[in-house]
Amino acid sequence: MWAGCLYWSGTVPVSLLPLLTIARHDLDMSALRILVPVKRVIDYAVKPRVNKAQTGVETAGVKHSMNPFDELSVEESVRIREKKRAPGGVEDICVLSAGPPKAQDTLRTAMAMGADRGIHVEVKEGDDLEPLTVAKLLKTAAEEQKSNLVILGKQSIDDDANQTGQMLAGLLGWPQATQASKVEFGKDDAVSVTREVDGGVETVRAKLPLVITTDLRLNEPRYASLPNIMKAKKKPLEKKTLADFGVSADKRLKVLKVTEPPARQGGGKVEDVDGLISKLKELGAI
Amino acid sequence: MLGAGRRAFSALSRPTLRNATTSTLFQSPAALRRLLSALAILEQREGKLNTGSLSAVTAAQKLGGSVHGFVAGSSIKSVADEAAKVEGLEKVIVVDSAAYDKGLPENYAPLLVENIKKGGYTHVVAGNTAFGKNVLPRVAALLDSQQISDITAIEDDKTFVRPIYAGNAIATVESSDAVKVITVRGTAFPAAAIGGGSAAVEDGVDPKAESQTEWVSEDLATSDRPDLATAGKVVSGGRGLKSKEEFDKIMNPLADSLGAAVGASRAAVDSGYADNSLQVGQTGKVVAPQLYLAVGISGAIQHLAGMKDSKVIAAINKDADAPIFQVADVGLVGDLFEKVPELTEKLKA
Repeated sequence: MWAGCLYWSGTVPVSLLPLLTIARHDLDMSALRILVPVKRVIDYAVKPRVNKAQTGVETAGVKHSMNPFDELSVEESVRIREKKRAPGGVEDICVLSAGPPKAQDTLRTAMAMGADRGIHVEVKEGDDLEPLTVAKLLKTAAEEQKSNLVILGKQSIDDDANQTGQMLAGLLGWPQATQASKVEFGKDDAVSVTREVDGGVETVRAKLPLVITTDLRLNEPRYASLPNIMKAKKKPLEKKTLADFGVSADKRLKVLKVTEPPARQGGGKVEDVDGLISKLKELGAI
Repeated sequence: MLGAGRRAFSALSRPTLRNATTSTLFQSPAALRRLLSALAILEQREGKLNTGSLSAVTAAQKLGGSVHGFVAGSSIKSVADEAAKVEGLEKVIVVDSAAYDKGLPENYAPLLVENIKKGGYTHVVAGNTAFGKNVLPRVAALLDSQQISDITAIEDDKTFVRPIYAGNAIATVESSDAVKVITVRGTAFPAAAIGGGSAAVEDGVDPKAESQTEWVSEDLATSDRPDLATAGKVVSGGRGLKSKEEFDKIMNPLADSLGAAVGASRAAVDSGYADNSLQVGQTGKVVAPQLYLAVGISGAIQHLAGMKDSKVIAAINKDADAPIFQVADVGLVGDLFEKVPELTEKLKA
């Protein structure tokens, strides 16, 4: 309150300025402590092949990368800090990945993009966690890290579930803004998020703490530069286990089989527009 | 803790059902089937039932048990009357409150959870729409259930089929959860018909949870053309259209000549040629029309994920080696700026 009074009193002595800045933060907006969960998945450009045993897709020797939607989450967090978009500033950007040892590469990439530190929750190769399990793990992580903003990708491009962020918000009892294409910070911990919905966009507003999931149009992720990749190697990376979060890799959904989708054969080409029309008529499409 | 609470709650809320069924529970599969009861979540908008959400009813019916519908919002009377006529619904649970008009997950999820507990449902089914994707996982978490997203087939009451890896693999999964929370792919389950049904309309419980988010505004694309997700014909433009002006000039008349909806590839959307909501693909809309005509679209796997179940795929592209031709039933190699206007003219004739 008194900081507000000082504003009204006209000029402010220079000596009071640092104090005032701190007080304004308290009044307007909490400093952000952002948690960014990231997942290592088969690279988006690779066409996955179902394995012979029909238990999953081939992952050995296949290029993996950070889930594209998670890159957007990392980028957004870093931009909020760089562009000073949040009135309270960004105190911490912590990336977390639950996955095999190689998930550490994904965490390093996120740190090279600008995250401050990483947490690797080691999961046995092939022991993929279900969204509900990840959400439970993240709930504990968010509480322990005193996060007030969690930014997740809207879906991972392997399982295509589109659940984890919503589940996390539900478990934490926090508001959620999914499929975000724009995030704006206002006074008093208010955050406005424009969401991509069927037919267009809608804007919702909520107070921190908040869970946001990213849509493709949110931003354009940067490439990590070589000096930043080198710097990222020195950033703290904490190792944890599932037990530290009180969860196990047990599953509610048993995968009975994984098969190739029915193949579609191209029907060949026609010479001209008339050929196109008559073929479409023949196929009963027009 | 939640699980125990739920069991206690349902024991209280349906003593008669429990007494009546305990003795017959293990006698025959038919007796077991009768215990199945599904809640299909229906969407409404400004007093109108969203017919796209009726795919949930069709899917719920395939489970083999009784199916109730659920709908909430203000001036719900007309929606409830319409929903009561939906074929396959035994009962429609209605909650009349403006608090649910915008489908905000923070109050809608507790609303669903309370009504699911009260009804003792074994299955909860919603469309894999923007609403379903937003709200259902929150419901699933509150019920401690692992949701099954975007299913394309039902094998039995606990076994479901869903595409993974952008549709490059098809997984069959078996759920061990007490309450199965499911979203369904609209193109795999035709919407239930509105007509012959005569469901009872019943008031649901309203826990009146506060939403922590506030709905501020929306900006929806308005168009006289059919809805992209359910259209019988779709014409879709890609990077080859070069600009928003060309996109509108070339694609809109083509769509009108066919009575088709307009879609777009991610490249076209990212370049600003078309609205985001028109994106077809893994992360946009999934469509399966009678005819899908791809114009200036190369056919990346993420795009194919959204349209490869179309009945007939046609493509116009100047690159004869474009991957789209590998899935197209009919392809025309040529300059779209020349071929599409010619096609539009000849279709009109």
